[in-house]
Amino acid sequence: MTKLTFIEGSAAPLPLDNLDTDQIMPKQFLRIIDKAGLSDGLLYDLRFDAGGVPRADCVLNQARYRGVRILIGGANFGCGSSREHAVWGLQQYGFAAVIAPSFAEIFYSNAMNNRLLLVQLERAEVNQLLALSAAPEGGAAVLQIDIGQQKVFTPTGQVFSFPLGARHKRMVIDGMDTVDLTLAALPEIEAFERAHFTRRPWAAVM
Amino acid sequence: MSNRTLYQKLVDSHTVSSIDEQNVLLYVDLHLMNEYTSPQAFAALEAKQRPVRRPRQQLAVVSHIIPTHAETPRVIRDAASLLQADNLARNCRRAGIRLLAANDPLQGIEHIVAPELGLIRPGMVVLCGDSHTTTYGALGALGFGIGTSEVEHVLATQTLVYRLAKTMRIVIDGDLPFGTASKDLILWVISRIGAQGARGYAVEFSGSTIATLSAEARMTICNMTVEAGARAALIAPDATTFDYVRRHAGSLDDAAWGTALADWRELVSDRDAAFDAEYRFEAREIAPFVTWGTSPDQAIAVDAAVPDEAAQATPEAAAALRRALDYMGLASDRPLAGTPVGRVFIGSCTNGRIEDLRIVAALARGRRVAPQVRAMVVPGSGSVRRQAEAEGLAAILTEAGFEWREPGCSMCLAMNDDVLADGERCASTTNRNFEGRQGRGGRTHLMSPAMAAAAALTGRITDVRTLEPHHD
Repeated sequence: MTKLTFIEGSAAPLPLDNLDTDQIMPKQFLRIIDKAGLSDGLLYDLRFDAGGVPRADCVLNQARYRGVRILIGGANFGCGSSREHAVWGLQQYGFAAVIAPSFAEIFYSNAMNNRLLLVQLERAEVNQLLALSAAPEGGAAVLQIDIGQQKVFTPTGQVFSFPLGARHKRMVIDGMDTVDLTLAALPEIEAFERAHFTRRPWAAVM
Repeated sequence: MSNRTLYQKLVDSHTVSSIDEQNVLLYVDLHLMNEYTSPQAFAALEAKQRPVRRPRQQLAVVSHIIPTHAETPRVIRDAASLLQADNLARNCRRAGIRLLAANDPLQGIEHIVAPELGLIRPGMVVLCGDSHTTTYGALGALGFGIGTSEVEHVLATQTLVYRLAKTMRIVIDGDLPFGTASKDLILWVISRIGAQGARGYAVEFSGSTIATLSAEARMTICNMTVEAGARAALIAPDATTFDYVRRHAGSLDDAAWGTALADWRELVSDRDAAFDAEYRFEAREIAPFVTWGTSPDQAIAVDAAVPDEAAQATPEAAAALRRALDYMGLASDRPLAGTPVGRVFIGSCTNGRIEDLRIVAALARGRRVAPQVRAMVVPGSGSVRRQAEAEGLAAILTEAGFEWREPGCSMCLAMNDDVLADGERCASTTNRNFEGRQGRGGRTHLMSPAMAAAAALTGRITDVRTLEPHHD
């Protein structure tokens, strides 16, 4: 897999706390057996009115955010349903990273498994980035994210550090076939399994 | 090792190996699947020619997309939904996985079906591509939702690369006040700790309030703990749990039962176990609770006023409140009770069990659904439906003007054709009041089955404690 070490791109502000995955990817786009068409569904009710007309009040419909690669969100981003379609949709739309004060747990794992970088910063730092990205003059703010260094660089010279677990860092930078890695330990799993069900026969339910 | 939490015991007993300080390889006893979060996992396995490693530790159910109209046999008319159901059947057939399809008498919502089939037992690890898998903590099992990539990993290996959670204990003591139930308890807890108050934690509930609750009532609590951001919810198994499991797990003979009980009695947090966070609450503070906003933590007692926009601490908080109130069509600092509703939905993995339907039927008996209200009752499973019919509950509900429907997730997330119209207001026993969850522009008020029944009978959000008692 191609290494992903650096993300550079314009950022769009979406400062909504508890933005749930129902909103990120509404139900009508989940009736699929593949991953197709999720770019259309991303944040659908925020982007389009009931008649399917783009809403002018949505930043993603504004010219200066065209080609945006980074989304700046609110706390508990991606809460609610486990639907991985939310992550697939963000990526299909063009997002390579989301920056927020906190992320919901299942969403976080889903993002890592797809190499969507999640940058957790302090609320005050996120607020600075929101202000920068929402500033009315000129184009959208271009941010640089060095994944190896775990740092975000702003065009105004600020630098913010973010946490990233060692395993998650490898998953984002290198990409990992986690199934392959686990299957390499198959004898260990089989040995565990035998002992487990011998010791706990009640756990074999079907 | 005499200072472990229940959570740590469950993780330890399923740890195949330690990966690093944060992650373990966790063994999965049972994996449940539905038709919409599993297709891409099966497709990925097929593309890499990897088999399903342990087909007999999987169960699949058609639950989310299935229409709930009362018709026999059940037909899925939406082409995309039918493709999902057919695709699940194909995947299960090829892999040798048991499937509860649309017309299987045991079909229902996965989190209702699995416990009632005796498949959830204390001490197990149970996963599903659905966030409400936390339900199983009510029986002392570690359950949590996973994404589709993780579904693929479980199918291929019967394990999960699992990031360890922090531990939280929530102790609740005292009797539940008149007119309240476990749904009020969990809505109240979420409103106290917030929609991300338990983010990153496995939450263990204990205390005398929890001890007196039925297994089904506990399921409602653990089901909704994920709405506080929790990674898991747990209640230590006790006599109530053992009795529930014994009644449902027919396959356990007396010898197996003896071994099981000895093991399960160890599934408690040790006295000296330390939790990373702890809350203590008194049940007497609980009242019938209703959400007023678009996040499950935006809930108040039914006789309280909607929060005051002017009293918010920050401009951001005031703006968030305004946004939620605008969406809900409500005014700041005004009573919630009395707000008219057009729809009532009773069902879901939170409140679609037989005890829930008994509560609704007891209130509905001899009364009528208000003329302007469309009230639906969707049992959580075929078994719940048949039991409710056998007990006469279905007849009472139908007589009162409720629609008596076939089982499924239905309008909890509105993936089928049970959808709110723009601006419609719904009293709902479900788990999420997110914008658009039950339909674009739909206005969801989460509440208990008793409160939803009261709303159906009066046509407005009504304090169930004020309903005139039956005169027999």
